[in-house]
Amino acid sequence: MQTRAVRIRHALIVVWTIAMVIFVYLPSLSITLASLTSSRYFIFPITKWGLDWWHKTLDSIQIHQILETSVIIAAVVTVISIILAFFGALAFARYDWKGRSWFQKVILLPIFFPQSVLGLALLLWFNAIGLQLSWQTAVFAHLVWIVPVVTLVISIQVYSFDPALEEAAFDLGASRLQVMREVTIPVLMPGIFSGGLFAFLLSWGNFPLSLFTTGADTTVPEYLYAKMVAGYTPGVPVLGTISTVGAVVILIGGYLVMLALNRRRRADAG
Amino acid sequence: MSSGTRISAGTWSALPVIIFLLVGFAAPLAAIIGFSFMPPRTFGFGGRPTFENYVTIFDSTTYISLVWSLGLAAATVIILVVICYPVAYGLVRVFGKWSTLITLLFVIPLFVSENVRLYGWLLFFIKNGVLLGSLKSLFGLDLESILFTKGIVLFGMVYVYIPFMLFPMTLGISMVPNETREAALDLGATRWQVFKEVELPLSLPGLMIGSLLTFVLAVGAIAEAKVLGGQQVIPIAHDIEIAFTYSQNWPLGAALSVLLMLIVGVLVLLALRRFDLDRFLGRR
Repeated sequence: MQTRAVRIRHALIVVWTIAMVIFVYLPSLSITLASLTSSRYFIFPITKWGLDWWHKTLDSIQIHQILETSVIIAAVVTVISIILAFFGALAFARYDWKGRSWFQKVILLPIFFPQSVLGLALLLWFNAIGLQLSWQTAVFAHLVWIVPVVTLVISIQVYSFDPALEEAAFDLGASRLQVMREVTIPVLMPGIFSGGLFAFLLSWGNFPLSLFTTGADTTVPEYLYAKMVAGYTPGVPVLGTISTVGAVVILIGGYLVMLALNRRRRADAG
Repeated sequence: MSSGTRISAGTWSALPVIIFLLVGFAAPLAAIIGFSFMPPRTFGFGGRPTFENYVTIFDSTTYISLVWSLGLAAATVIILVVICYPVAYGLVRVFGKWSTLITLLFVIPLFVSENVRLYGWLLFFIKNGVLLGSLKSLFGLDLESILFTKGIVLFGMVYVYIPFMLFPMTLGISMVPNETREAALDLGATRWQVFKEVELPLSLPGLMIGSLLTFVLAVGAIAEAKVLGGQQVIPIAHDIEIAFTYSQNWPLGAALSVLLMLIVGVLVLLALRRFDLDRFLGRR
């Protein structure tokens, strides 16, 4: 029977997907477990549970600085990339203009590029023009990769945008600025919002670009990498867990904000 | 406004991004290409241009790293196509309202640095770690760790690049109209025929983009070999990093980067040339 075969196939797909989800989260689980042990070395099954390493890590001034650097870079990257990508997305998906299909492909190139090589190329470039490396140059490096990603994210929203809305506003005598503020931006808000979320989180987790471009400043992934290479440090699982949980919290928080925004919009419309 | 020079709204909107990419992407690439022709072990653009760095690469054993990187990347792509297809298919056709949640579950790891996640695998596979420790205490089995082998490097790469294959693939499969599938089934096609004649060809753009993206990123992969592989494999990106750091030979590192860029660039430009992005991203 066809339906029975379909049911079996769907069950197999569900089982496979569950297995993949478990596969994806196994490392995070291992890190979290390792952070909850009190001993100097990680031995499983854990015999000495405890939060000692959490206290030590959270009390460290160096860790505070590193977290701060990461957050500042991610925040600045978010703001700048939203502005650039908003207009980029309009050019990508809204307007019909001569260079459009060319532009659509050029903007993909930084995404389809090995990031470690991009980081090195930027290092050479900053060196050539005599820029001192710091968290600001890291912001610039992150933007080269993140602006195209955010442009794509916002573009997907722009595709579902009806240009007639803008035209109607123009017909009613609104200026270009008013149309932007009253029509275009509110309609595209969900896309802008998820674009911003992507920007923040991708910057927060980025390693290959930061490695070559932060100079004396250090981000969380860089610090963790340095410690990992140096051998087992009990602080690594703790900070690793913090960076994972941080991403999850921001993502879920963002998702809830988005739901609230949607509900308000629906209430306004209805 | 003079005739013929009126700039359209599209051009104005694209301008900031174009200028930014000229300064932030095109210029650095030009810098690295220029640097690859500088004399070895120099740190500025003052030297007399030379091909010496490229000669060094082909005279040394560095090409082995390049072959490894290309081979591992190709293997990663093939494995990912097979393991991601059922999930992507399920996201489009089977999971219904659960799709959003499942997509979210696969997105989250993207935002955690790959080092951290690979380190999680290290703790999982290491002797007395989560896997071997459990086996030992539950069954008394005392096995060797599979860490620091070539196989684990491939494993790590497959793991890290799952989302980059999964999401383009999902977009691709959602481009196959359900009516076309059902029509084929109604006309008596077997399940396999529907897959071969309808689903696979129509979802090919997504598959292509996913494979291309994964391959390009995997060729430049470095963390898997460092965190899990214990120097069993030296990927090309590692050689490049060594040239820039320990051996302080920037022009050689630049020449290696240019080789990698050439391979990646040719692939990407060939694949993107005929690609209709409006159709791919514009569907909802």
